[in-house]
Amino acid sequence: MIYADNAATTKMSQASIDKMLSLMNDTYGNPSSLYRFGQKAKEELELARETVASIIGAEPREILFTSGGSEADNQAIRSVALLGKAQGRNHIISTKFEHHAVLHTLDKLEKEGFEITLLDVHEDGLVRPEEVEAAITDKTALVTIMYANNEIGTIQPIAEIGKICREKKVLFHTDAVQAIGHLPINVIEQNIDLLSASGHKFHGPKGTGFLYAKKGIKLSNLIEGGAQERGKRAGTENVPGIAAMAVALKEAVDNMPETAKAIAAKRDRLIAGLSEIEHSALNGDRTKRLPSNVNFCFEGIEGESLLLLLDEKGIAASSGSACTSGSLDPSHVLLAIGRVHDVAHGSLRLSLGEDITDEDIDYMINSVKEVVTYLRSFSPIWRDLVAGKKQFIL
Amino acid sequence: MALYSEKVMDHFLHPRNVGVIEDADGVGEVGNAKCGDIMKIYLKIDNDIITDVKFETFGCGSAIASSSMATEMIKGKPVSEALELTNKAVAEALDGLPAHKMHCSVLAEEAIKNALEDYQSKQKK
Repeated sequence: MIYADNAATTKMSQASIDKMLSLMNDTYGNPSSLYRFGQKAKEELELARETVASIIGAEPREILFTSGGSEADNQAIRSVALLGKAQGRNHIISTKFEHHAVLHTLDKLEKEGFEITLLDVHEDGLVRPEEVEAAITDKTALVTIMYANNEIGTIQPIAEIGKICREKKVLFHTDAVQAIGHLPINVIEQNIDLLSASGHKFHGPKGTGFLYAKKGIKLSNLIEGGAQERGKRAGTENVPGIAAMAVALKEAVDNMPETAKAIAAKRDRLIAGLSEIEHSALNGDRTKRLPSNVNFCFEGIEGESLLLLLDEKGIAASSGSACTSGSLDPSHVLLAIGRVHDVAHGSLRLSLGEDITDEDIDYMINSVKEVVTYLRSFSPIWRDLVAGKKQFIL
Repeated sequence: MALYSEKVMDHFLHPRNVGVIEDADGVGEVGNAKCGDIMKIYLKIDNDIITDVKFETFGCGSAIASSSMATEMIKGKPVSEALELTNKAVAEALDGLPAHKMHCSVLAEEAIKNALEDYQSKQKK
């Protein structure tokens, strides 16, 4: 199998697995226990916190371990909304193509009386810093903008947005789930106040993640109970998972310069190959995108059947079609960059891993070409397009 | 467990009656591109018997499988019998569809009725 769905999840690294197994076997004590065996687990927990903190330029006390990116997003946004409310600020700025962990939290806050502004992301899938600036009012409590988009991989001008927010004295949160471990991040240089991360997107275990919150920002709990995580997240810590996540992140960041360059070359080969398919288009800016992300729309076909046929050829990929999203509408990300429904249904995301080879890339190009041609051969839409009864969009 | 039954996968991977009938006696098209499903059915009818049927589908795996199965079920049958085809029968013949995919079998039923109506309206002329 060629696994080309690394934006969905990644394979755990061997070092991360080894760390997790060793802690499960030998260091299973509760970090809240006072005896040495418990304190050994506590040491591992704090070591992981130091590792994660130093990687993003934060202090250990600014790192809160969570069950993943969604929890971190929920807690960051909820906490700042509550702080804003106390100061009479009820306005939050975000974008149309955030992850649902952000968008659905904002939907709820809107029902609770908050005013939400969702910025346009334009055809290239990029937020314009000047539009962030223009949207900020004296009621704005929070700006939350993802670091890199999970579907089309576009990388946002985070440092510029951070600078604007800092100048305007508005808190800035970024969902960096797709970026961390793949792109350099420094919360001080980039003026990031809060940041969400997920372990399984950089070869760590599922069910792990963290929230960075700059000191002084009072977090509120999503989970009440014991005093774990400085009282901000109750429940016995997932020590093996957290430690394994820190190992995976360290490894990813240490290797980043080489892997990013190597994967970007594979990505470019794949984009060039798929661009040869007529009436297709790359989604998202050509260069300001994650080194691993390729996302195309193919006119006249539907994404789910494309995925199933690629699966038959041993390729694991993803699509933003309605049938794969579980709703009647195709991906909100593709709609946000202006793709109409007809075309958005025919999308394909291939997100590459570090072990992908040129042979794999060429096999994927040929397979996609073959499947697209086959599905078009009995698509009534394609027939109408070719016959000139309908206008091509792409 | 797989997403679809073996029957669905068989009809999706090896769809029966794919194509176009140029001199069709009845043509039906349902669905729209906005929703991500379009089915087009072509019928050849001789003496009130469906002698040939072809389909074209833009849609997901279960849409293609439903089209394929529905065409199989009406081929060689009298028009009156084909008119009685239900989406439930199509879904059952496929050993079931996931709940959120049942609309695909509805589209197949509608596409066939649509084509049969087209045939009947032409007969009256």
